[in-house]
Parts: sequence; structure tokens; C-alpha cells
Amino acid sequence: MTPGSPLHRALRHRSFLIGGALSLLLIVTALVSLVWTPWPVTEIAMARKLQGPSAAHWLGTDHLGRDVLSRIMWGARNSIAVGLVAVTLGMAAGVALGLWAAARRGWADELISRMSDLVFAFPAVLTAILITTVFGPSATNAIIAIGIFNIPVFARVTRGAALSLWGREFIRAGLAIGKGPLRITFDHVLPNITSILIVQATIQFAVAILAEAGLSYLGLGMQPPLPSWGRMLNDAQTYMYDQPSLAIFPGLAIALSVLGLNLLGDGLRDILDPRLKVLRVG
Amino acid sequence: MLEFMLRRLFAALFTLVAASLVVFAVLEVLPGDPALVMLGMEAQPDTLAALRKELGLDQPLWVRYFAWIGDMATFDLGRSHAYKTDVATMLLNRLDVTLPLAVLAVSFAVCLGLPLGIMAAANHGKAGDYGVMMFSQAGIAVPNFWIGLLLVLVLSLGLRWFPAGGFPGWDKDFWGSLHALVLPVIALGLPEAAILARIARSAMLDTMREDYVRTARAKGVPERGVLFGHVLRNALIPIITIVGLFFAFQVGGAIIIESVFYLPGLGQLIYQSINNRDLVVIKDVVILLTVMVLAINLAIDMVYALIDPRPKIKA
Repeated sequence: MTPGSPLHRALRHRSFLIGGALSLLLIVTALVSLVWTPWPVTEIAMARKLQGPSAAHWLGTDHLGRDVLSRIMWGARNSIAVGLVAVTLGMAAGVALGLWAAARRGWADELISRMSDLVFAFPAVLTAILITTVFGPSATNAIIAIGIFNIPVFARVTRGAALSLWGREFIRAGLAIGKGPLRITFDHVLPNITSILIVQATIQFAVAILAEAGLSYLGLGMQPPLPSWGRMLNDAQTYMYDQPSLAIFPGLAIALSVLGLNLLGDGLRDILDPRLKVLRVG
Repeated sequence: MLEFMLRRLFAALFTLVAASLVVFAVLEVLPGDPALVMLGMEAQPDTLAALRKELGLDQPLWVRYFAWIGDMATFDLGRSHAYKTDVATMLLNRLDVTLPLAVLAVSFAVCLGLPLGIMAAANHGKAGDYGVMMFSQAGIAVPNFWIGLLLVLVLSLGLRWFPAGGFPGWDKDFWGSLHALVLPVIALGLPEAAILARIARSAMLDTMREDYVRTARAKGVPERGVLFGHVLRNALIPIITIVGLFFAFQVGGAIIIESVFYLPGLGQLIYQSINNRDLVVIKDVVILLTVMVLAINLAIDMVYALIDPRPKIKA
């Protein structure tokens, strides 16, 4: 391994390593929950309700006697699914719009910038509320709301990065040999902005997990009896006087996941290119 | 300068019109029959017909849209279907809670985050810097409603220093009301302080590399003067941007935090209006909030123009 190579730098970068480990833990937990949880996630047993951590229930039981660890593991799956789909949707639409704005300039650019302002003027929670009012609360509608919020984030980052490329010589050379704007976008612009997109996607994943937690806390996300971290905290509020641990573990799961992804994103930026301009909203 | 402001004003108006069309489309056109949404599937036909008439649903779409805009422009916000009261009065009452909450939370974030960011930049690479960065990473990762729950758990249920929720009202009990806002303000402001510390630190570090800072040091300006007179002043732009954004965040934040602490504010009103399917209230509140966010953005643009020491560049 050559000193100074990206891999070498990655293995010496503390926040990349910590963030990577926490993100890996999140993903592994979610994958394990697909095949195994200590207890069935929706099994109600009033006889053992509101227990603290024990050998049988490592993180205790909730007000219906359900195993908290199992529900947190299932919640990891929910958070990842919502985050992944929402960020992918937002990125697909946002990158396309941003590339178009940079290639066309003029009215297309202005239109997309104004649309970004419009979405930024609407907090994600409000978008979710509008959608839920009409279609009812569900995990799908939470995904749509968070996805819509992600579009202008990616559009702005892509546009900014692409615009600075369009003035460069290798692109002018491409134009000179007769390549069209579409070819140039795919041959030269897109490959040169992948670093910033990877970093931004990691950060947005963290933002999406936080947003999903907030929406499901309000009852606008995954519907019971299936668990989500935010919903677990909402339930905990009623019973935390009797069993404080209920209010601790789901929050810790959210915080560690978001921390892990943020550290990973910061680490990736340092390793790929410390000058990348990452957008932080949310 | 005037042209720049006019352009921004025009852009804000465009955004507002677009937002009103989106809200109108989502709440009035998409559901098909708003009266059915509000009353539910098992509503009596004559009640439905009465509400349709009350809402003016027998009119064509464009008449309804312009009637709504006209009403908004004259502050005639209509009557809430669920609460049977005037929406405008209700909003004003709710702002009594949400406005102080938002202003106090942002002030808290600035008073905590800005000094931390300055301290971190002044001690770049030393222990103080790492401490602030760790606080910042943790603060950004922790959801505000979880901070709220933990505060209630420890300071309300445990130590009984603060009420766990509720709001007595400013006229009835001023100090009690202020007391009731302490924990919500901390819960809302702490993550923002973390974000601000981070932004302030990196803005200061960027400015410190500038030639004029080196020049100031070289000509013997004391370190304190360099830090506050030259670095902070030029680092203010990103700091003010983020503080302005915080006010917009308060809207989303208030919905959640007011739920945690059972505060009768604007956020709770929105939340309850969804459960009541009160489209009249939701429509007006969403537009009102959009106007507030846009107004703040415009104000930030004005502040930029005032404080930016560099020559003006066309927008």
C-alpha cells in the first residue's frame, strides 16, 4: 500500500474509521433482523410489560411486553429503507435537474433555482403533513416527503459542481470536437462530480434518518404494530416514568446511526477531496 | 443595490405564488372532494352538501383559488371547521407561544454556538477545538425531541425543577410561562448551537487564511483585535445565513417540540388540524409559514448587503 493513496489515508483517518464502524453496525443490525430477532417484534405479552434490561430481554420490554432489542433491530431496517429510497429518489431527480441547469443555463437554470427555493421554503415536516393530510400516514408517504426535500439539495450541489466544470478546458475541447451538451454531460461532467455526490448522499442519508425519526415520532411514518425508532420514543413518553430505559435505547440508536453516517461523510470528503463543498440543511 | 433588492423581492413573490398553487392543488384539487375528506366517508349527504356550500366547492376552481388569495390578502382567513372559531384569531393566539419559543431557541443557539465556534477557531488544533468539534458532532446527530424527552426525564420527572409540559399563558402567569418554555428552548436550540459552532468555526478558519489577516497581524494588531475586528467581521456572512435558516427550521422543529411538551402553539395547531382533517386551517397555516420563511430569507439578503465589506457583485 502506497503512503498517500486513498486507501492508506482512509485507514489512518479516525472519523472515517469510527463512522464506518457505526454505519456498518447499523447495516448489519438491519440485515440480521431480516432473518433473526431475539423475540418476535410484534408479540404482545402483558405479563412481562415494562421490564428493565435482563438476561432474557437485553434492553427490556415495552408497555405491551414486546422485546425492545428486537424492535430496535427491526427499526434499523425501517430507517435504512426509508433513508435509502428517499435519498435515491431525491438524488436521481436532483442530479438530473442540476446537470440540466448547468448545461442549459438561462431560463432552465433560473427555473430550477426558483423551484429549489420553493422546496427549501417548505420544511420537510410540512411537506409530509400536506401529503399525509390527503393520503393518510404511512412509511411510503414519509419516504415521498423526505425524497422531495432531497431533490433541491442534490440539484444545488450538482449545479454548483457542474457549472465550475463547464468553464474548464477539457469541456471546451469536447465542444470544439463537436460533442453535444448531453454527451459532454455524461462523458465529462458526471464522472467528475461523483466524489461530491457520494459525500452528499452519505450526509443526506443521516438527515433522512433524523427526519424519518421525527415524522414517525409524530405518527406520520411507519404505522403500528411495526416498530420505528421515532414511534418507540413517542410510546416511551407515556411510560418513561415507570421504565426510563424505554426513552433511552431508541434515541441512542438514532443518534449513533446519524453520528456514524455524518462521520463517514466527513471522512470520505477529507479522503476524496477536502475542498468539496457539501451542503448542510435539515 | 436597489436592482438587487427588487430582483430578490420579485423572486420571493414568484415563490409565494408557486407555493400557493401547490398548496391549493394538494389540498383542494388532489383529494377530489375536500368536504368528503373533512367529514369522512360515513358523512350524511345533507351535511356534506352544507359544507360544500360553506366552502364554496360549487364554484369553479379558479374562482375558489382567487377567492382564497383575496381572503388571505385581507387577513380574512375564514372559520375553522373543527374549532368553529375564526382562523385569524386562533393563529394569533397560537403565535403567542410559538414566536417566543422560536426567538428564544435561536437566541440560545447563538449565545452558545457562536462563542464555542470562535473559541474552537482561536484554538485550532488544540484540545478546546477538539472538544467543540465533538460537541458539534454529537449535537447534530441527536434528534431534538429526544433531547426534550431526556430533559423531561431528568429535570422534570426526576428533579422536579421544571414542568414536564403545558403552558399557563402569559397573562395568567408570566414567570410560569417563561419557566414552561425553558426545556423546549433548550431542546430546540441545542442541536442548532451545535450546527452554528461548526459553521462559525470553519468560516473563521477560512477567513484566517486571508492575506489581510496576515497583514493585520504583521502590522502589530493585537490577537484579540485580529480575531474580532478582522476575522469575525468577514466570517459573519455564513453565520448569518445559518441563523436565518434556523428561523425556518423552527417551523418544523416547533411541530415536534410542541408535541413533546404539550405547548398550545402553531405546531400543535397544525398537528391537531391534520387529525381533525381541517383543510381550511392547514391551507392557511402552511401559506402563513411560507410567507414567514420567505420574509426571513429576504431580510437575510438585506443584512448581507449591509454588512458585506466587499464591493457589490451583481446577484
